[in-house]
Amino acid sequence: MDTFQDTVFKLKRYWADRGAIIQEPYDVEVGAGTMCPETFLRVLGPKPYRVAYVQPSRRPADGRYGENPNRLYKHQQLQVILKPTPDDVIDQYLGSLKAIGIDLSKHDIKFEEDNWEAPTLGAWGVGWQVMLDGLEITQFTYFQQCGGLDLDLVPAEITYGLERISAFLQGVDSVYDMEWAPGVKYSEVRLSDEVQFSVYNFEMANVDRLWRLLAEHEAECKELLAGYDKYPEKRRYPVLATYEQVLKCSHLFNLLDARGAISVTERVGVIKRVRDLAVGTAKIWADQQQQEAA
Amino acid sequence: MSLDFLLEIGTEEIPHWMIPGALAQLAKMDLLGATPSVDATPRRLVVRAQGLPERTPDSEQVVKGPPITAGDKAAEGFAKKQGADASALRKAGNYYELVKKVSGRAVQDILAESLPAAILGIQWPKTMFWTGGKNGPRFIRPIRWIVALLRDQVIPIEIGGVRSGNITRGHRILGASSIPVTIANYESELRKNFVILAAHERRHKIEKEGAALGAKLDGDLVETLTYITEFPTAIKGDFDPAYLELPAEVLTTVMRHHQKYFSVEDGVGLAPNFVAVMNTAGDPEGLVKHGNERVLKARFNDARFFWNVDQARKLADRVDDLAKVTFQAKLGSYREKTDRVVALVKELGGGADAQRAALLAKCDLTTEMVKEFTDLQGVVGGLYAKAQGEPEAVYRAIYEHYQPLSMEDSIPSTREGQIVALADKLDTLRSCFGIGLVPTGSKDPFALRRAAQGAVKILVEAGLDYKLDSLAQGELYAFLLERVQHYLREVRGFEYDEVNAVLKVGVSTLKDVEERLQHVSRVRPTPNFEPLAASFKRINNILKQANFTQGVMHAELLEDGPEKELYEAYTKLPANGPLEDVAELRPLVDRFFDKIMVNAPDPKIRENRLSMLSDMLGKFSSIADFSEIVTSGDQKL
Repeated sequence: MDTFQDTVFKLKRYWADRGAIIQEPYDVEVGAGTMCPETFLRVLGPKPYRVAYVQPSRRPADGRYGENPNRLYKHQQLQVILKPTPDDVIDQYLGSLKAIGIDLSKHDIKFEEDNWEAPTLGAWGVGWQVMLDGLEITQFTYFQQCGGLDLDLVPAEITYGLERISAFLQGVDSVYDMEWAPGVKYSEVRLSDEVQFSVYNFEMANVDRLWRLLAEHEAECKELLAGYDKYPEKRRYPVLATYEQVLKCSHLFNLLDARGAISVTERVGVIKRVRDLAVGTAKIWADQQQQEAA
Repeated sequence: MSLDFLLEIGTEEIPHWMIPGALAQLAKMDLLGATPSVDATPRRLVVRAQGLPERTPDSEQVVKGPPITAGDKAAEGFAKKQGADASALRKAGNYYELVKKVSGRAVQDILAESLPAAILGIQWPKTMFWTGGKNGPRFIRPIRWIVALLRDQVIPIEIGGVRSGNITRGHRILGASSIPVTIANYESELRKNFVILAAHERRHKIEKEGAALGAKLDGDLVETLTYITEFPTAIKGDFDPAYLELPAEVLTTVMRHHQKYFSVEDGVGLAPNFVAVMNTAGDPEGLVKHGNERVLKARFNDARFFWNVDQARKLADRVDDLAKVTFQAKLGSYREKTDRVVALVKELGGGADAQRAALLAKCDLTTEMVKEFTDLQGVVGGLYAKAQGEPEAVYRAIYEHYQPLSMEDSIPSTREGQIVALADKLDTLRSCFGIGLVPTGSKDPFALRRAAQGAVKILVEAGLDYKLDSLAQGELYAFLLERVQHYLREVRGFEYDEVNAVLKVGVSTLKDVEERLQHVSRVRPTPNFEPLAASFKRINNILKQANFTQGVMHAELLEDGPEKELYEAYTKLPANGPLEDVAELRPLVDRFFDKIMVNAPDPKIRENRLSMLSDMLGKFSSIADFSEIVTSGDQKL
């Protein structure tokens, strides 16, 4: 039986063998692998790209103090971007399931419509949730727009829910009972994160300070966005640092939301603030790419 | 010679609910007179036809030329431009004309030109591009292969880099990925490769196997599964009977809506089983069963967790939490809506229980259970209210206050529920209309038509005594009236002219409208009714033409015979009594028009006759305006 890390190794190997760069997780808090610059920025523009990486994804509102066997504040996604999408992308995806030991002839696999939209990123796509014996194991999305920009080369995004898949393979009911490494349970590695961050996110995070931080990161981001036009040597302009400010804002928004601090009237407004930053950054990133190509 | 046609558009999985709509469009495909027959699975849209011609027939086209008076030069120029010799021109009247022969074309060529546009012209609710960026084709999902055959010839087409051929693909897992086919063996080759092409066969397989396993079949879910699978097979799974402590509504919602399982019932209620439909041929090792059971258990655990967490705070303690739930950006929160609905319930005469129900009705929006299972709003509130000791009249009203959700759905079963449901819908309508959110065309984001339809259905079917104009005014009144017509015609099946006739003379309560309509509809088939309606219409016209508004009738001026007899007969009838009796007047009315000249030379007599007709018309016209009734005479026009 494969441990959690075995499954991760195999998936990475599988996609590396198909030309994907294996990246390491991005080191700023994100709510999903999609938000990493490796996806959000790289899908823009005409350059082909293939990448796979595990991304711990933080969703403060989903925390359950480690008491729910399937819901986690921080879960891990294996994110694959294939740009442009190969014609046999679904066969390649099914091959990855075989590679981690799923004999598809003995299971039931269905592709059920599930379109994806991230209002804070001005991004959307169409695709499916992939169901294996009634369990959603993967989100499969053809990106159409990112940062408000139409995509030149439509990429396929394959997002594996690693905990779910591994718990399925190991036949355990609770993610905490999974073996992460031989003799080491998932709970030994991750349970304290779940407990402590649930307490922090729901009970202790200082709401006033979070608002101030959000304002600070937003200001930093806006300043950087505003400086791009006049900057002489575009290649050197810190667009990537600008984008990190967007991610900070997005995470702070999620924290405030978990804290119940965003009223209905504010909500739409805050989402728009973050989207404006994301859209602005996507625009200057695309421009920078063009300048470099020229 | 008759040729056969096959088109298979091979795609990645199409959303199940869009497939029937696409097929309806493909069924109208122009195949030069042949009738398309269509089929689909999630991965293929198929059009087949018999009897296509080999070529279209040759034809002639007449091109009008210059006037003869323009001379030979002009004629030659015209002929040259048309690629013909001047000797081919003929004279028609004062003009030259040319008869051009248009050769027929090979159907193969015509289809090669027309198919790509026919395929890409299918209208989908949402489309994507997948190759070539924005300039590439748009379709619902990527097209991966195309089979296009005319007899055994490939019709050459290309979409987004995919060229047509004679190669199809089988089931993703169980079938071959490259299968050469002919039109004749296409369906059987698919079958060998675990694809059942015909939806009705898949549907039948699901129903038969499901029923054999005890599934409580439900039409919508059967349809979904039919278009989500290429080779459906049903299996039965089990769950721990301890979960049966959770309300059946919650369990079935989890099974049906979240997992697409059928529930299973024994004699008493839900059984601890479910039926899942796989997209594969079997589950010999029980792995699929086990996997589905595992997922369901986790889902049920969640539901149980939500239930327990939610009980920590009663609905009654959550009313103020509604301030945090937006109803509509400009209309504020559900807290404010709740206040309005409670007041409206009171205004509509709802008692303490109805008011209590209105106060608590939206509180379940703050519960974990409804956040997870949004379809269960209202139902969860009702269940919680019951568990928290609210009286039956209150929890039932909460439970049912979203009803009716459709034209087929029933209205709330209690008077409290009816009033709360009505008030809730009316408030939504009034509020939205108040800020200009009025549905236009297909745009109705707040489902106001459904709300209005629900309100109308409740008013009629509960026999509520509110006057329509006391519930709504202006634009909203007109909107409701439109729904009233729709309801009476589409749901109740009344004839449109009867509905118009009844509504024309005014609307007080919908209960009254319905009674009058029943009345008209009952008497409509009797032999005297339509002719009488025609006569009434004639009277109307006569009065209109005479610009008659009102007059006083003097009985002593009536002529003996037909005139007096009609007068005596109709005055004997009670005003607005049974229309059957009114219909009996018909021979007298006919005789009146036969024998009596309304436009008598003596203006006094004429005036008197018009007054009598007007008096008679008025007497029987508060039930319906008979001039709206379409009689056979009208139809001829």
